[in-house]
Amino acid sequence: MAREAMEYDVVIVGAGPAGLTTAIKLKQLDPNLNVCILEKGAEVGAHVLSGNVFETKALDELIPNWKNEGAPVKTKVSKEKFLFLGKNSSLSWPTWLLPSVQKNHKNYIISLANLCRWLAEQAEKLGVEIFPGFPASEVLYNDDGSVKGVATLDMGLDKEGNKKDTYQEGMELHAKVTVFSEGCRGHLGKQLIKQFNLDEGKNPQQYGIGLKEIWEVSEEQHQEGLVMHTAGWPLDSKTYGGSFIYHAENRQIYLGYVIGLDYQNPYLSPFDEFQRFKTHPSIRKMFEGGKRISFGARALIEGGIQSLPKMYMPGALLIGCDAGTLNMPKIKGSHTAMKSGLVAAETIVENIKNKTDLSIYEKKFKESWAYKELYTARNVKPSFSWGLILGIVFTGIDQILFRGRMPFTLKHKHADHEALKPASQMPKIEYPKPDGKLTFDKTSSVYLTGTNHTENQPVHLRLKDPNLPINYTLKKYDEPAVRYCPVGVYEIQKEKFIINSQNCIHCKTCDIKEPSQNITWVVPEGGGGPKYGNM
Amino acid sequence: MKILVAVKRVIDYNVQIRVKEDGSGVHTDNVKMSTNPPDDNAVEESVKLKESGKVKEIVAISIGEDKAQESIRKALAVGADKGIHVKADSYIEPLGIAKILKKIVEKEKPDMVFLGKQAIDDDCNQTGQMLGAMLNWPQATFSSKLNIKEKSLEVVREIDEGLETLEINLPAIVTCDLRLNEPRFASLPNIMKAKKKPMELLNAKDMGVDLKNRIEQLKVEEPPKRKAGIKVTSVAELVSKLKNEAKVI
Repeated sequence: MAREAMEYDVVIVGAGPAGLTTAIKLKQLDPNLNVCILEKGAEVGAHVLSGNVFETKALDELIPNWKNEGAPVKTKVSKEKFLFLGKNSSLSWPTWLLPSVQKNHKNYIISLANLCRWLAEQAEKLGVEIFPGFPASEVLYNDDGSVKGVATLDMGLDKEGNKKDTYQEGMELHAKVTVFSEGCRGHLGKQLIKQFNLDEGKNPQQYGIGLKEIWEVSEEQHQEGLVMHTAGWPLDSKTYGGSFIYHAENRQIYLGYVIGLDYQNPYLSPFDEFQRFKTHPSIRKMFEGGKRISFGARALIEGGIQSLPKMYMPGALLIGCDAGTLNMPKIKGSHTAMKSGLVAAETIVENIKNKTDLSIYEKKFKESWAYKELYTARNVKPSFSWGLILGIVFTGIDQILFRGRMPFTLKHKHADHEALKPASQMPKIEYPKPDGKLTFDKTSSVYLTGTNHTENQPVHLRLKDPNLPINYTLKKYDEPAVRYCPVGVYEIQKEKFIINSQNCIHCKTCDIKEPSQNITWVVPEGGGGPKYGNM
Repeated sequence: MKILVAVKRVIDYNVQIRVKEDGSGVHTDNVKMSTNPPDDNAVEESVKLKESGKVKEIVAISIGEDKAQESIRKALAVGADKGIHVKADSYIEPLGIAKILKKIVEKEKPDMVFLGKQAIDDDCNQTGQMLGAMLNWPQATFSSKLNIKEKSLEVVREIDEGLETLEINLPAIVTCDLRLNEPRFASLPNIMKAKKKPMELLNAKDMGVDLKNRIEQLKVEEPPKRKAGIKVTSVAELVSKLKNEAKVI
């Protein structure tokens, strides 16, 4: 029997900044359009995690009077610092020597999750239907091969896939245009890129993992509006990464660490590098006596335009970081994601009204400021494959002298999962034991994320070959999943590979970094996953 | 027959509660809220009774701030017919809630009132009992099984000693245990239909009942942290420690 179906003009997958912007802009351009958004989180914002120092350019275009409308964009950046860390030393880099892309004086320190909640309210006021707790699990195609819409996941299945009493069949949502805005490494976006060869002629996509904590500190330790970044220790010069420390409102500090997933050593644990980073003398003092109140992690895009796939296909658009619009040297993606949503809305309205082909998206996006930004940023990340020092020197020349207009484009040579070296060739890393005050273990961290998945449901982390972890990955790489997963989903116990999928915080790192691409992340039952507050 | 089912919006059970530094309460800003879990069981049971043809109408009620309507809409999406939102901007103790519910019962004239056994935020476990007393209706608390008869209800209750089976006359109050059933998921079309179902809007101030809180909350604080455990090497050492250090035997 055919599943129940609902018809919309536009169906959007994912209520992040890109998807919500598309929805709002669509209704502003044509209030008669039927628009809905599917969101896998239990509420809008529950799965949103970002630094975040926010550039308002796209928000200014979307809702010019956002200040009066009560947008949670309030803490203006007032001071900036950049530190190079040695093991016990730190060197402050003068801000006037920072490339302009890394200057933030016009930007705001925000919680992106809260901004999304506010955008969702604006969208609902305009008549957009938002369905949190309903993950899109399947792309539907028309007979001619174009995208017809999506289907939501069947709910109420047990581990073996049998129907429980609460079984509820998923339903189909058909649309004239479907917009995929799932964020970095969206599981449907990944399928579409393959189905329509959207990455043909592009460099392999590059990713990072970002870990974040929110701390509450004393008045004396807090300096609202201060933005600080570090590079160097504890990472070696071959590993791309660094920290961010943003002093937000309410005596809170957003503290995070980003590590490029092209790291080589299978013994590296991004979670433990982050914990260790906090023990540096110049960092430790900022948090002494403070309290960690939130934790989370999420993969992010680092590939830039070299890796940006084609963003249109018959019947659908792929936008935001589902395609990969993050600006790496700026370490910002919210404004470009939102801009890709604005362009998407304009494209869709023309498509529906005048039957213009969706391929006009490409031209429109290329003419936008977002693309120009990504173009001038393109050479920064690949230059760091030569190591930290050469990367900095090159970036200085490229970004300060040439402002990103050097007459060549560096390439990303390898996909992240190809970067790992066999364990036998790499040094083991001993991480210090957590003290429970400044540094923590994975168990107490995942507890803070509010993560849960209904018990007895099919495992949403699928192995292509269930024997590979023990027979191959353990032998060759000492099973890095145990370390790259920031919340301990994967364990090796007595020669068995265990998947604690209940703890999964949907960061997608395993789907990216597994050396044989043996792990596929699919959506779990609706509402599962983290319940982030003001991440 | 007609059921009135009460639902409360509380902090989601997965969220780690954070106590405010000044001890005045807990943080609720940007915290995921949901319907109190046993209230979901109360709604589910009413819907099951309606599906079996024994009940004709389900009215879902919530008392609280505007967003309490989300919990009512959720009940409407799984099968309730009508909602009543009694707006209240500040905290009302179980006694006040029971008084408001009594007013609603007098107006709506249900045959049964279903409630969760307790709310997971304050764990009071009082509203159903107080309402029963005020209406002078029989009550079955902690029900884990229900069998509806012509003019009575057979109820299995979860009690400390095991299970207790009662038969009570209608009209009656039933407070529901988590074991009563497994709440269903709301489907997308039903969520949309629920937006069009009627919702009556009232205000707690206008209910004509005394809502003054009787309890003064002095301080909210986190429970003390558990100390790390130790390993003992022998039974003798264990017994000695229990006797001399823990002083429990």
